[in-house]
Parts: sequence; C-alpha cells; structure tokens
Amino acid sequence: MSRFRAPGALRSALLLPALLLPASAARAAGPDLGQAQQQATNFMAIGMFVVFVLFTLAITWWAARRTRSRRDFYAAGGSITGFQNGLAIAGDFMSAASFLGISALVYSNGYDGLIYSIGFLVGWPIIVTLMAERLRNLGKFTFADVVSYRLGQTPVRTLAACGTLVVVAFYLIAQMVGAGQLIKLLFGLDYDVAVVLVGVLMVLYVSFGGMLATTWVQIVKACLLLGGATLMAFLVLAAFGFNPIALFARAVEVHPKHAAIMLPGSFVANPVDTISLGLALMFGTAGLPHILMRFFTVADAREARKSVFWATSFIGYFYILTFIIGFGAVTLVATNSFYLDGTTLRGGGNMAAVWLAHAVGGDVLLGFISAVAFATILAVVAGLTLSGASAVSHDLYANVFRRGRTDEKSELRVSKITALVLGVVAIGLGIAFEKQNIAFMVGLAFAIAASANFPLLILSMYWRGLTTRGAVIGGSLGLLVAVALTVLSPSIWVAVLGYKTAIFPYSAPALFSMPVAFIGCWLVSVLDRSRQADTEQKAFEAQYVRSQTGIGAEGAAAH
Amino acid sequence: MHPDLVTRVKKHPTFVDLVQKRNRLSWQIAILMCVIYFAFVFLVAFDRQILAIKLGATLTLAFPLGLGVILSAIVLTGFYVARANRVYDQMTREIVEDAR
Repeated sequence: MSRFRAPGALRSALLLPALLLPASAARAAGPDLGQAQQQATNFMAIGMFVVFVLFTLAITWWAARRTRSRRDFYAAGGSITGFQNGLAIAGDFMSAASFLGISALVYSNGYDGLIYSIGFLVGWPIIVTLMAERLRNLGKFTFADVVSYRLGQTPVRTLAACGTLVVVAFYLIAQMVGAGQLIKLLFGLDYDVAVVLVGVLMVLYVSFGGMLATTWVQIVKACLLLGGATLMAFLVLAAFGFNPIALFARAVEVHPKHAAIMLPGSFVANPVDTISLGLALMFGTAGLPHILMRFFTVADAREARKSVFWATSFIGYFYILTFIIGFGAVTLVATNSFYLDGTTLRGGGNMAAVWLAHAVGGDVLLGFISAVAFATILAVVAGLTLSGASAVSHDLYANVFRRGRTDEKSELRVSKITALVLGVVAIGLGIAFEKQNIAFMVGLAFAIAASANFPLLILSMYWRGLTTRGAVIGGSLGLLVAVALTVLSPSIWVAVLGYKTAIFPYSAPALFSMPVAFIGCWLVSVLDRSRQADTEQKAFEAQYVRSQTGIGAEGAAAH
Repeated sequence: MHPDLVTRVKKHPTFVDLVQKRNRLSWQIAILMCVIYFAFVFLVAFDRQILAIKLGATLTLAFPLGLGVILSAIVLTGFYVARANRVYDQMTREIVEDAR
C-alpha cells in the first residue's frame, strides 16, 4: 500500500498539493512535507536541459533585437497568431505539477487525478464566450486596463495591480520551491542551484526578450511537453496492444486499492471543499493575470478567440495523456522492484511519470522527460514575471504614479528593473521557503484570482452599474476574505502555524469569498450616489460599443 | 469614442442583431458548461453510487462521464469559435464599415 502513496515533494511544492489536499489530508501533513530525496547526478537529463536553455537564450537574443516599444515588450507587438498564442497559453498553463503531480495522483489514487484535470479545463469555455474578445477589444497590455477603462484610474488600477502581484507572488514562490525540489529529484543537483538558475533565467528572458521571448519559450515548452507526453502515452498503450481496457484491467489487478481506483476516492471527501475547489479552479483560471495578459499579444478579437480554442484543445488533450501515463505507471513502474525503494517509489510519488519514461523508453527518454519537466517551470515563471513587471511599470508607475505622463523609455526601464527585483525576491523567497510547508500557495493564488480579479473583470465588462467605489470595496473584500480564510484554514493554521484545530474548517475559500466580492461590488455600487458614479455609469455605453465591435481597439488596423 | 458614433453604432440594426445573438449564445454556452461541470462535481461530492455503475468488467460510469466533461469543454469552445468566425465576424465588419 505504502508504495502507492504520493509523498510530499511536488505536493507541497507545486500546484496540486494545495488544491488536492482537503482538510484532513492537509492536517496530516508533516512539517517536512516539501522535502525530496536528492538523487544521483543525471548527466543525460542535465545535458538535454542545457540544450533547451541555450536554445531559449538564442530565442531571447533574437527577440531582444525586435523588442523596442512598449507594445513590443508587453504584447509582442500584437504579432502572435491565434494558433501560436494557443500553444503559448497551454505552455503558460501546464505546469510541472500538472504533469508530474496529476500523473502521481493517478498513480496513487487512480480516478481522482481526473477530477483535478477537469477543474483546470472547464474555465476555458467561460473565457472564450464571456471574456476573450472583450478583453482584447478593451485592453492594451494588462487586465487592469480593462477594469479601469471607465472607472477611477488610480484606485481601480492600484487594486488590480495588487491582485496581479499577490497572485504572481504566491504562484512564483510555489514554482521556485518546486524547481528546487525537482532539481534534486531529476538532476541530482542542489536545491539552491535550481532556485538561482530559474531566477536568473527568468530575468534574462523577460528583461531582454519581453513578451516575444516569453511567448516563444512557452511555445517551445508546450511542444516538448505535449510531444514527450504523447510518446509516453503511445508507448504505454502499445504495451497493452492499444487496448485501454486492458491497461485499466491490469491496473486494477496490481494496484493495492484494486477496483477503488476506478472511482473518485478519499482525496475529495468533503462536499463543501469539493464544490469550493471547483469554483476556484473554474473561475480562477479566468482571473489569472499572466494568462489574461496573453490576449493582448494577438492582432484582434478574432485571433484572441481562436487562441482559446487551441489552448483548450491542447490542455484537454494533455490531461487525457497524463491520465494514461498515471495508469501506465501503476502497471509498469509499481510492478518493477527496480523503481522501488523498499516499498515506496524511488525519489517519491511524484517520480511516477519520470520512472515510467525509463520503463518505456530507457535512459534517453528518462533524461528527456526530466529535462522537459524542468523546462516547464521556466516557461511558467517567465510568464509570471512579465505579468508582475507590467503590473508595476504599466499600471502602478505609468498610470498611477505618473498619471499617464511618461515616456516609453522610462516605463520600459521601470519594467526591466522590476523584473530584476522580482528575480532577486523570488530567489530569496525560494530559498527562505525551502523547508516551509507551502501547500496552500497555488490554491490561494487561484482563490484570489477567482475572488478579486474575476469579479472585477466580469462586472466591469457586463454591468453598467459598477462604480469605482463598488469595484474597490468589493474587489478588496474578495481579496482579503480569500487570504483571511486561507490563513485560518487547516493548510496554514494547522500545517504551517502549528495550531491544533483550524478556525475555518475548509481548505478552499472560493465558495465564500467569491459571493462576498460580488455582493460587495453590487451593494456599494447601488448605494453609490456620487456624481462620479453617474459619469462612470454613463461611460458604459461607449465601452460597450467598443467591447462588442473593436472600434477604437488597441492596435486595430487603422480605419 | 465620439458620443455621436456611439449612438449611431448602437442604433445600427446589425449591431442590435449581433449583440443579441452573440450574448444569447455566449451565456447559453457558459451556463451549459457550468451545469455540466457542477453536475459532475455534485455527483463526486454527494452521489458516488451513480459513478460506480459498472460498464463491462473494469470500467465504471465515472470514466465516460469524466472524459465527457473534458470533451464537452473542447467541443463547446470549438462550437462558439466556429460560429463566431463564420457569422459574428462578418456582422462586425459590416458595422465597422458603416461606422467610418
């Protein structure tokens, strides 16, 4: 039984953990949840990773020569096609946790893995029907452009920038710690090496190559990850004569939980948490600043919409692959003592996909998949850093601090300095959090995105009644309630602060914080009788026409 | 945007038609996705007996349902995009032309 448990490495470090662990599991987690055992140095994997890094640096050099204006830096000059942007969104969104974490969860619990994959996917139809086109028509570089389109620039932009920075910070720390744990597992190198390496590379990509380099790093990563996962799933299915039923039957036979792996299990035991998590996953996706920013890199609303279709297809396909890979690991890895350390998986449960690569493709595929898993982190942190840097330079510096009176050069300088500062801070926090239990971080990032960014965006675009006061108070409430409930929940109150019982019994706050945000925005706006509120509501008409038609949209062909 | 232009575009029959059609489809798809997803989540949270129904020797109903949610997300996105590319873009072009 124990060899099928997924120990902590990725669980604490990356995305899944926080989302995956309901109250009981989080409570059971020990203080060393985030620790991974260092493996023997893997030169094959390191070699392939070095090739990837050199290639991405060449892309950055190429992109740097094409990045001159603000629009180049923040939005790749609007030159990305829908298909390319779809791949880049997939590269931005599919983290190492999606790959290693979900396949590990399938390995240990079977069907449960699919529940999370589904949650990560269902936000996309909402994005395409309700948001993508309007975002592109109204915004310029950041989602704060859209929210503050007809509302008070200073307060609303400041709030949206805070929402961006908070989401980016939690997401970034989780990725840094994940990188540190992964490098021990995959390359057999020290934790600090990974954190510094990731920090330096992300600053290089972003400050020199801007959005163009970030986009192509994400596209290359998406192709590698999709290609590697496709190959693995193909080899697994080939081992079972391309009959998935035979694969599942064998898995049920050898897995200690037997037929239970074909059903939702203990990981989602509590209905309130299940639903709250579902909300956070679905609507959090529609509020992630680094994803929203990608919609400004395409020429127009039509391309924005196409990019969501491609992204949804690639991400959905990828999750189906991870499911096959997880079941493949049950049948081909757990049955081979070479991959087991006593009774547990060598290096921890998150190694399921990596060992499966070895089982079906030998040392070469093992090295390749390890390099791809690590490269995955680089693409995600680059997108996060660019998003954080633009919140500071475009929203806070240019529009709030300088009230729009700034030149291109100084705004870009602020952006590059911010990227550097973010890199240093991320390295510092990555090292500081090495031994901390950070299982809550990405879950919190999704909850904040769903409870602050998403309500602000959807209401500003769809409801003429929204006023500055309503947006600021409602959005802040959503942000604060999401943070406060997370602090009081088992994943921080018990697992980090060490109290015996949590004050707020659930792990996922979105079920409570989202209504608070919406009701706050609505109530304050309705009660707002100021003259400013009146002007803002009247300005909705022009915003509405532009959002529907794209007349006057940024970068639209000169009419 | 000039206020006159706003009024003019808003009165344009194609604009009225576009907004009505697109809004209806958008919300239908968004709500349908929510219904599909939360129906699935509620089954997971409250009624696992249904998911446990056996299909053949190994498979359970949970598999086609889960896979179905994934595919429905892709299909719904694709349906909206195809429709918008074919119909709405044409209407938008018409409005933009007339607004010049």
